[in-house]
This record gives sequence, structure tokens and C-alpha cells, in this order.
Amino acid sequence: MTRRDEQIPGLEQLAGGEEILSVQGISVRLSGREVLREVSFGIRPGEFTGLIGSNGAGKTTLFRVILGLQSASAGQVLLDGRPRSHRNPLIGYVPQKFLLDPDMPLRARDLVGLGIDAHRFGIPLPSRARRALIDQMLQAVDADRFGDARVGQLSGGEQQRVLIAHALIARPKLLLLDEPLANLDLRAAQEVVALLARIAAEQQIAVLISAHEMNPLLPVMDRIVYLAGGRAASGTTAEVVRADVLSELYGSHVDVLNVHGRVLVVAGAGDASDLHGHEAALPGMEIVQ
Amino acid sequence: MSGAPLAALLAPVIEPGFFAGEDVRVAIVVGAVVAIVSGTVGVFTVIRGQSFAGEALGDLNTPGGSAAFLVGVAPLWGFVAVSVVAAAVMELIGIQRPRGRDLATGIVLGAGLGVAALLLYLDSTVHNTTGATFTILFGSVFTVGSATIPLVVLLGMAVLGIVAALYRPLLLSSVSAEMAAARGIHVRALGAAYLLALALAVALAAMTIGAILSTALLVGPAATALRLTRRPGRAIALAGLLGAAAMWLGILLAYDSFAWSSAGTGWPVSFFVVTLIFLAYLLSGLPGLLRRRSGGS
Repeated sequence: MTRRDEQIPGLEQLAGGEEILSVQGISVRLSGREVLREVSFGIRPGEFTGLIGSNGAGKTTLFRVILGLQSASAGQVLLDGRPRSHRNPLIGYVPQKFLLDPDMPLRARDLVGLGIDAHRFGIPLPSRARRALIDQMLQAVDADRFGDARVGQLSGGEQQRVLIAHALIARPKLLLLDEPLANLDLRAAQEVVALLARIAAEQQIAVLISAHEMNPLLPVMDRIVYLAGGRAASGTTAEVVRADVLSELYGSHVDVLNVHGRVLVVAGAGDASDLHGHEAALPGMEIVQ
Repeated sequence: MSGAPLAALLAPVIEPGFFAGEDVRVAIVVGAVVAIVSGTVGVFTVIRGQSFAGEALGDLNTPGGSAAFLVGVAPLWGFVAVSVVAAAVMELIGIQRPRGRDLATGIVLGAGLGVAALLLYLDSTVHNTTGATFTILFGSVFTVGSATIPLVVLLGMAVLGIVAALYRPLLLSSVSAEMAAARGIHVRALGAAYLLALALAVALAAMTIGAILSTALLVGPAATALRLTRRPGRAIALAGLLGAAAMWLGILLAYDSFAWSSAGTGWPVSFFVVTLIFLAYLLSGLPGLLRRRSGGS
């Protein structure tokens, strides 16, 4: 897929320097099926990027490639201009579908503390500095109220905040979040999105967040990477969320409708008979009758 | 307070001469070590959802113990050898994949118990005694012997060493294997090292309260501790303490039970230990139950 960075006006002011993450022509085959095909995009510090695609579009696979948990059949991933090493402290990661047993003996602050040094041997020694750092991080994500509660007994939105603090405490330059809004109600989702946008701007961290629905992210998204059929289109939302770009990506005609500030991607009028057949493949789509 | 009135006060509970016998002293030391090791490993067994693997490894000690009896070496050697081999086989045929885990465990368990049936049969025919079967299945902490203490302590320290070294990665991978892998932790190697610690802990428990009952000491105190504290370090300490308390009280009651019947035969220690662990678990659920009642009304 062609990269559209060069065409975007005003990107120079938005971006704070060199790309922290550069995905270059990544292709992945899983048991014979091509899950990703020549996916390329880049992210700069402080940018908020949405990775949008329906279930099965390859979002999690792409994350696993960036994290080094999945090898690519072609292409490469550069972190801060260098090939990725095995354990990379530059990346903070929040996984998909986080469900913890309510009886798990782990307070929110314990999980945040594991973010500092979970890869090390031995038992962590309590110290004033360690406690202060954890408190500071809990405050940064508005989680200080429930810092001493069991993680498994927190609500979905509260757990997301704790996981974000866990990922941030190691001071990464890139934060990856896999479908963090999937199990949240609208208000909790808006709060998490606002928090992430604030963190990206204040700490100059690049945030890459995957979602099957782009609308909750539209107000804060600097850039979008739209995945469909294993291919990606990237740029600003104005550049990517267009009928011609998405039609090319899907390989069939789609329309992009703007309804009361919400963007709907629907199968085009010419393909009305295929509407239901494509339903699952079109993120953000609602059936308009 | 002087010693004499205290002894008089405890006389009806602690039979005179309780601490005099060497078998009791050995049982107290071995029981404490084994309970602390089991409780520590047990907390991770419960939060990793591997109680079935623990149960299977425990049951699989049956062929190990019965083979050792047949050959004429201390049962602990049989327990340790079979436990470690069984853990390795489970690891190799896919205990790491959550879906394959129960299947792999079940298959190894079935095969192992089949061998146990043969070995226990041979034990009772060749040696012409049924005592072996009971000792292997339900333990006999009074027959351990002081010569075994160094080995028990050594194995116990090894297990505690593994858990202490891997504490943080184990905890994170118990929360989310994905998060651990993303941080560069070798989740597979970590799981294998944990399984080795589990196998050794279960072998020690099998020697004291029996192959079949070893899970009770592994999972019971840990599950109770998880209800009582929300901090991982405290849960481990509490599980060890609860296990040791149940073990000591069980040994005391078993010793006392010699005086209960006129026949002069005591009840098995394992019965008391397991019953005490079960009671503690039930009691630990009361606060939560009461809270829910009052919250609901």
C-alpha cells in the first residue's frame, strides 16, 4: 500500500521528530493464509494513532509482529530507527480481553509495580522511592482511588487505567493497546480515550490503539491505520476515511457517510445485495435502510 | 509464667511425652517444611489455574512410591523421581496450551495410575502386606525417620529458591502470559521451571500426607489465604503458616488419638490435617458470605 505521509499538510508541525515506530512492508502468513500483506506506516512521538479494522483484519497479528512475538515473512519493524531487540523497553503493551479472577491476590498497585521490573529475578524490595513512583503513576491515570483494591474486582474501565499505568511506569516511548475499548460502556471508553490523548501529548509518547470502531477515537486521532483484507491505508482520517481509498482497500465499492458527526462506512449502493455479506468486514458500518 | 503451670494446663491436650519420641520430633520438623513449601507453591498453582496438574502430579506419586517400596528404597526417592518425570512428560505433550493442558494432564494421569495398580498389587503380594498401599496413598509422617530430614530440607530449599528467583515473572505471567511475553519473558521456560517446583513440592507432600492427599496441602491453605489477603507476598506467607498449623495440630491430634480407643491404635495424621485444612477453608469464606448477606438486604 502506498504511504501517504508526504501528502499530508501540516504533519511537520504535528510530528515531534523522527519516527519512533516504523513498520516497513510487513507481510505475515499464518498456516498458509496471508494475514497481512505489505503493511507500512510510521508513528512519531506524541502522535495518537488508531489501528482500525474489523475482527480478523489482522490487528492483533500486527501488534504481535511489533512486539516481536510473531515473525514476519517479509518486511521489517524499526523502533527508534533500529531493528527491534528481543526485550524492548521502548514499548509498553496493554493486551486484549483482560479478565482477571476476582480472588487474585493482587492489588492495583502491585500490578503497576510489576511494570517496573517484572522481567527481573528475585523478590521486589519495598522502598519509599518505589512506592512514590507507583503512587505517582496511579495518579497520572486517575487510579489512586482504587490503588489498594484487588485488580480482579475493578470495573473494565478501572482495569484499563491500571494496565495503562503498568505499561507507562517503565517509561516507554510507544504505547500499544489492543482493543482497550472493547468491553467498556460509552462513558468509560471516552474517559480512557481522553486519558490516552492527554498522556500522548504531555509525555510525548506515541500511542497506537486498535479498535473495530473508529468513532470513539475520531476526536483525538492524529493518524489512522485502516486494515482490511490484510492490507493497510494510513494517513490522517481525512486522507484515509474516503470512499475511493477504502473501496480500493476492500476491493469493492463502499460509501463513507457522515451522520451527525459519526462516520459510517457502508457497502455502496451498487452492491446493496452484498450488504449483509460484507457486514462483518466493514468496521464502523451500520446498516442504513 | 513458669513452665510447670503451663505444662499442667496443656496436659489434657498435649499428652505427656509428646515431644519425647523421636518420630514425633521428626514429624514436626518435616511437616513444617513440607507445609511451608506446599503453601508457597500452592498460591501460584491456584492463581495459574493449575490445580488439576497439581492433583495429577500428586496421584502420579503412587507408582513412584510403590516402586520404591518394591525395590526397597525410601519412598521419597520414588516420589521425587516419578513426579519430575511426569512433570516433564506433561510439559512435552503440551501442558502450556490452556486447551491442551487438561487433556495432557488427564492422559498422563490415566497411564500412571494404571502402572500404580500393578505396582501396588505386587507390593502387597511380594511383601505380603497391605501397609505399603496405605502408606503410599495416605502417607505416614511418623515413619519418615530422622535420616531423611536433610534431604527434605534440601528439596524444600530448592523449591523455595526457584519460586523466590522467579517471583516477579511468575506473578506477571499468572496475570497475563501475553503481557509477560511482550516484556521478553520466556513464558514457556518459566512454566517448565514452575512445573518442576510443583513436582518437587507435591513429592514432599506425598511423603507426609500421602500421594492422593498431597493436593489438599497444596491447594487448601493457598485457597484459604487468597480469601484472607489481597497481597501476593502475604498470601504466600499465610498459606505456609496455615499449612504448618494444620500439620502440627494434625500431628498432635493423631498422637492424642492413641489414647482415645482402648485398642491403642491412633487415627491417621492425614485425616486430621486434611480435615483441619478443609475447616479453615470453610471458615475463611464466612466473612465474605456475611458481607454479601448484609450488602444484599
